Amino acid sequence: MRVITYRDALREAIREEMQRDERVYILGEDIAGYGGAYSVTKGLFEEFGEKRVRDTPLAEEVIVGTAIGSAITGLRPIAELMTMNFSLLASDQIINSAAKFLYMFGGQTRMPLVVRMPGGGGAQRGAQHSQFFETLYAHIPGLKVVMPATPYDAKGMLKSAIRDDDPVIFVEHELLYNVKGEVPDEGVEYTLPLNRADRKREGKDVTIVTFSRMVHISLQAAEELAKDGIEAEVIDLRSLRPIDLDLILESVRKTNRVVVAEEGWKYYGTGQGIAALIYEHAFDYMDAPIGHVTGKDVPMPYSKPLEQAALPSRADVIAAVKAIVPARTATPVPASAGAQ
Amino acid sequence: MAGLSRAQLLDLHYQMSLIRLFEEKAGEAYTLGKIGGFLHLYIGQEATGVGAITALQPTDYVVSSYREHGHAIVKGLEPRAVMAELYGKATGCSKGRGGSMHMFSEKLRMFGGQAIVGAQIVIATGIGLGIQYQEAPDVALTLFGDGAVDEGAFHEGLNLSSLWKLPVVFLCENNEYSMGNTLAKAWAVSSLEPRAAAYGMPYISVDGMDVLAVREAVATAAARARNGEGPTLIEAHTYRFRGHSIADPAAYRTRDEETRWKATRDPITLFEAKLREAGLARDEDLRANHERANDTVEDAAQFADDSPFPTLDDLYDDVLLDGTGAIAWRDKPSTPRD
Repeated sequence: MRVITYRDALREAIREEMQRDERVYILGEDIAGYGGAYSVTKGLFEEFGEKRVRDTPLAEEVIVGTAIGSAITGLRPIAELMTMNFSLLASDQIINSAAKFLYMFGGQTRMPLVVRMPGGGGAQRGAQHSQFFETLYAHIPGLKVVMPATPYDAKGMLKSAIRDDDPVIFVEHELLYNVKGEVPDEGVEYTLPLNRADRKREGKDVTIVTFSRMVHISLQAAEELAKDGIEAEVIDLRSLRPIDLDLILESVRKTNRVVVAEEGWKYYGTGQGIAALIYEHAFDYMDAPIGHVTGKDVPMPYSKPLEQAALPSRADVIAAVKAIVPARTATPVPASAGAQ
Repeated sequence: MAGLSRAQLLDLHYQMSLIRLFEEKAGEAYTLGKIGGFLHLYIGQEATGVGAITALQPTDYVVSSYREHGHAIVKGLEPRAVMAELYGKATGCSKGRGGSMHMFSEKLRMFGGQAIVGAQIVIATGIGLGIQYQEAPDVALTLFGDGAVDEGAFHEGLNLSSLWKLPVVFLCENNEYSMGNTLAKAWAVSSLEPRAAAYGMPYISVDGMDVLAVREAVATAAARARNGEGPTLIEAHTYRFRGHSIADPAAYRTRDEETRWKATRDPITLFEAKLREAGLARDEDLRANHERANDTVEDAAQFADDSPFPTLDDLYDDVLLDGTGAIAWRDKPSTPRD
């Protein structure tokens, strides 16, 4: 095993799949010589050339429309949209074309499309550059929507997404690109399924269901909670559609208490959707209402203290868990420790 | 005439007659409740679709709009399969799941059938890329109306196709109305010629009621595309004889205007006159075509009537290739996860 960044893991996945299959190509804004706005595609243009690494005009609708048209002739495109915020301009092609062709054309065609996009806030980029509305795409039958949180998951899942003949919306996070993690050594081939969640931490007192950057926040919160004798189980969803309800329910039946932790907005979003599924399938196992940690219901403000207040924090996760888990007696913690 | 044999010319006449009769039959079937939803008839525009698509090679791609039954038929889809699709039957070309606006054939490279106006333009750009990337000798023809020109997809698709010199033919079927909106209220500039220039591609204006003229224009554009010279924008001036869709009484245009077009600019009548004048067809040849077209359409309607509907088991098929992903939690718990 070796330690690399989330960004490098994505690049390795793309590179390996491009080497493996000539039909795989990438397109997007500034992905060639510039190496990608977040440097994910750095070096790929030099290696594969302009036929397979294509800079496009600043035009999201035709980026995805072109990817879709090429996919139905047999190519395997990876379209990069610079951020999830800009994906709205391509959302007609994603939702009305990519998600629907297979079904409405009687199962005849293939849509081996990957659309990569980072979302999320925390870098003071303002309201139009900080959104995390994966729920819009997760709502749509005919799409797969995945959100890996670690380099290991990112590489394995991106490889699977590229090999998948269904359209995959691959959601990254702007603040995850520098996160480091272990991946298998070079030359060790691996993929991960797109329909499995992952138990990132085992625990018996509460299940924290989370995804993307909030996985890391939740794991930090779990370490703090452990000092107070609360053992949190952290389930990293990894995929929203299809969702691994089996693993979620297995955990819920064990802990009987759930907190859903997400970065996006509360109302009618992913978290409420997951909570509804849990209530629907495991109501009899619940010992408390489901806690919900989310971003605040505002457009993202620019000013640093406001932005920090708008984003969900470790303290929010800890508070949400403590609201539904009875206090434990534990080794007394010195007053100076446990600072947030 | 136009470098075509007598048999080829008579076939053009047959195709146009077939589409005309098919569309009339579909209109009838709709009023009888056999077809639901939207029905956008191609009556009056036959010369554009037939001229354009017969100018292509069999392996060329077509991607078009919701006014596409004629495109599907001349591309080679069986009239039975098209009518059955309209009736929502399992034997339809899209298994009854698409309907009027979503005809498709992977084998014949008829790639829809798009209901979002303008979508076909960016998809055609992608098909062009697929062709170029795989070094195939094919061409992508996309047909769209004057309304589609208004969408951003027109701008983005033409620009990128031209920039990358993709083998695409952009054919605007300008029938002067986008639903009820006239050209004068939609286009700041009344011709597409400057727009083609704006994207660095050649422009051809053609009489959309003249099947041979359309065929020649598309053949020229397709040859250019096949030769690596990039896309062309063709503007075919045509007219739809019926309303925008079956429910549209077309109150936004005068009966006078409609009558004039039907009386003097019917593409089938014009072509018949041309063939007769040149001594290439007699009345019996034209009548034989008409009868064969009629028989084919009646057969198609009967086939559609006799065909079964899809079963409820089919409802969840093909949402994704991966059946486990169709919905987050299947109603049937026995659905395997892998």
